[in-house]
Amino acid sequence: MTPTIELDSLTVRFGGRTILDRLRGSLSSRATGLLGPNGAGKTTLVHTLLGFHPPTSGTARLFGEDIRTHAKSIRARIGYMPERDSFIADMTCVQFTCLMGELSGLPPRAALERAHEALFYVGLGEARYRKLGTYSLGMKQLAKLAQALIHAPKLIFLDEPTNGLDPPARKRMLELIREIRDSNHAQIILSSHLLHDVEECCEDILVLKDGRIVERCNLEAERSQNRRFLEMETRGHTARFAEAVRALGCECAFTDSLPANIAASNFDDAGAPLAADAATRRVKVVLRDGIEVGDLYSIAAREAVQIRRLDYKRTSLEDIFLRAMDKPSAEMVSANAGKGSGGQSVHGSL
Amino acid sequence: MAVYEHTYQPYTGALTALRSRFLVIPRYAYRDLFDSKITVALLCFCFIYPLLAAILIYLHHNSAAIAAFQLDLDELLPINASFFLTYMQVQTGLGFLLTLIVAPALVSRDLSNNGLPLYLCRPLSRSDYVLGKATVIAGLLSLITWVPGLLLFLFQSYLQGFAWFGANIRIAVGILLGSLAWIAVLTLLALALSAWVKWKIAASAALFGCFLIPAAIGQIINNTFDTELGNLVILSDLFLTVWTGMFYRIARTDVPVWSAWVVLALLCGACLLMLRRKVRAYEVIK
Repeated sequence: MTPTIELDSLTVRFGGRTILDRLRGSLSSRATGLLGPNGAGKTTLVHTLLGFHPPTSGTARLFGEDIRTHAKSIRARIGYMPERDSFIADMTCVQFTCLMGELSGLPPRAALERAHEALFYVGLGEARYRKLGTYSLGMKQLAKLAQALIHAPKLIFLDEPTNGLDPPARKRMLELIREIRDSNHAQIILSSHLLHDVEECCEDILVLKDGRIVERCNLEAERSQNRRFLEMETRGHTARFAEAVRALGCECAFTDSLPANIAASNFDDAGAPLAADAATRRVKVVLRDGIEVGDLYSIAAREAVQIRRLDYKRTSLEDIFLRAMDKPSAEMVSANAGKGSGGQSVHGSL
Repeated sequence: MAVYEHTYQPYTGALTALRSRFLVIPRYAYRDLFDSKITVALLCFCFIYPLLAAILIYLHHNSAAIAAFQLDLDELLPINASFFLTYMQVQTGLGFLLTLIVAPALVSRDLSNNGLPLYLCRPLSRSDYVLGKATVIAGLLSLITWVPGLLLFLFQSYLQGFAWFGANIRIAVGILLGSLAWIAVLTLLALALSAWVKWKIAASAALFGCFLIPAAIGQIINNTFDTELGNLVILSDLFLTVWTGMFYRIARTDVPVWSAWVVLALLCGACLLMLRRKVRAYEVIK
C-alpha cells in the first residue's frame, strides 16, 4: 500500500536558514501527531506538504504523487485547518463553508448541502447563518474545522486545533477529531505543542527539533515496549518480598504508607485482621537486566505473597517527548536510521 | 443526512472541472456586489450613455425623425470614429468609478482576514486566485465597455449597410482591443493596490491617485521641458494615445503609439510583480 505521506530528503530553507533538514520517512497511520518545540518546523512541514512553500531540495509525496508536480491533484484530497484566524468576515458561516466546498470541486448544490451538514456536525448548526466576524474564538475554530471537512478530504491537516479554546470547547474539538479518525474515511495530521491533545487523538507521533526528525513512534507500541517498570499490588508479607527483590539487584519501593484504612480493610480468610506487614501494599519495581517478571512470581510464591495486580507503567507522551528533546537531532537521526519501523504504521528509515 | 445522524460523511459525487474552478470566486463576489444598492445604481447608470448612443444611431437612420427635428444629424453628430472614441472615453470613465467602488475590497478582504491559506490549500493556484478576482472587475467593465460598444457598432452597421461595416472595421477592433487593454491595466492596478493597501478607502484613494498624481507630474514635465513626453506618465493620456492610434491610425501627440503600449505593458508587469509578492498563503519573513 502506498504510504499517505513520504518524505524524501525534504529540505526547506528561508533566507539562508534551514527550516527543514533532509526529512525522510513515511506516514500512513489514521492519526499522526506532529510535535516539537516552537520553531522546530512543524508548521513549515505542513505548509510545504500543502504546497505553500517549495522545497529547496528533496521532495515529498502525498498519496504517491509528488508535491512539486501534482500540487492541485494532491490539494483536492486534503483538508487544512490553519492555526491562525482565517475566514472572510463579511460572509455568513454557511456561505463561507459553501464557497470553500465549491473551490474544492463540489458542485454548488452539493456544496450547500454539505456545508449545512458539516456545520451541524461540528456543532455550529444553530449559528450557521451568522456572519463569521461575529463568532467567538471557539466558534471560529469550529468553522475552520467545518471548511476543512466539507469536501470529505482523505487527509486532514490540523494546525493547533485547540488553540484558544475553553475546556468544554477543547473537549468537543478533541472528540470530533477522534470521531473523524475512527470513521476511517480520513487520515489526520495533528500539529500541536499540546502533548495531551496529541496523546488523546493520535496513534503515531513524529517529533521535530531544529528542522529534523528526532523521534517517531507508534504510541501504543512504545507503551507496550516499556516492560522494565512495574507497578504491583501484593498481599502478604510484602516487606520480605521487597527485600528478596532488592537482593536480585532490582529497585523496589512501596508507594503507599500503609494508612489505617488499608490495614482496616485487610482481613485473612477467616475474617481476622491481618498484621500490618501482611496487608495489601502497593509496590513499584524496576527490573534489572536479566531479571524477568517470572522471577518475581517465584519470589512471591516462596515468600507466600499474593500478587493481586501487576501493571507495566505506561510511558506517557511527555516521557517520549522529553527523551527526544534531550538528544541532539543529528544523533537521533543516525540512531533511527539503524532502527526499523517504530510502529505498525510508520515505515521506512529516517 | 438526517439531523440526528451527524457523522463524518465521505463525498462520492462528481467534481466540477478544474479549469473553470476559478469562476467560483467571481460568482460569490457578484452575489455580494449586487447586494449593494450603490453598486447596482452605478452599474445601471453606466448603461445610460450606450442607450442614448443607440437612440442617436437609430435617429440617424430614421428619415421621419430627421425631418421632424429639421436637423442635419450627419453633420452635427456623425457616426464615425469620433463618435465611438467619445463613447469609449465616457464609458471607461464610468468604469473607473465602478472600479473604485468594487475593486479595493477584493483582495484586501482576504488578506486582512488571513483568508488566502484557505483558498490556496485547495486545488486553486495563486494564478487561479488572481484570475478569479480579476474576472470580477473585468466582467463588470466588459459589460459596460466593449460589449455595448460592439453592439452599437453592429447596430450602426446593420442600419448603414455592409459597406460601412467593411470600411470601419478598424473601429470595432479599436473598441475591442482598446477596451481590453484598458480593462487589463485597470484590473491589475486595482488588484495590486487592493493587495498592498488593506484599508478599503485608502485603496480607493491610491487607485485614484495613480491617475491623478502622474497626471500632475506629467504636466509639470511637459511645461518645464516644453515637450509632450510627460504624457508617457499620464495614464488617461496613454490610453487616449492608444485608442487614437487604433481608431484613426495616427499618433495623437509627439508620443509614439508604440511607446504608450510599452508603458502600459510595463505597468501591467509591475502590477503582476506586486501581486506575486503579496498573493501567497503566508509571507515568509527573511
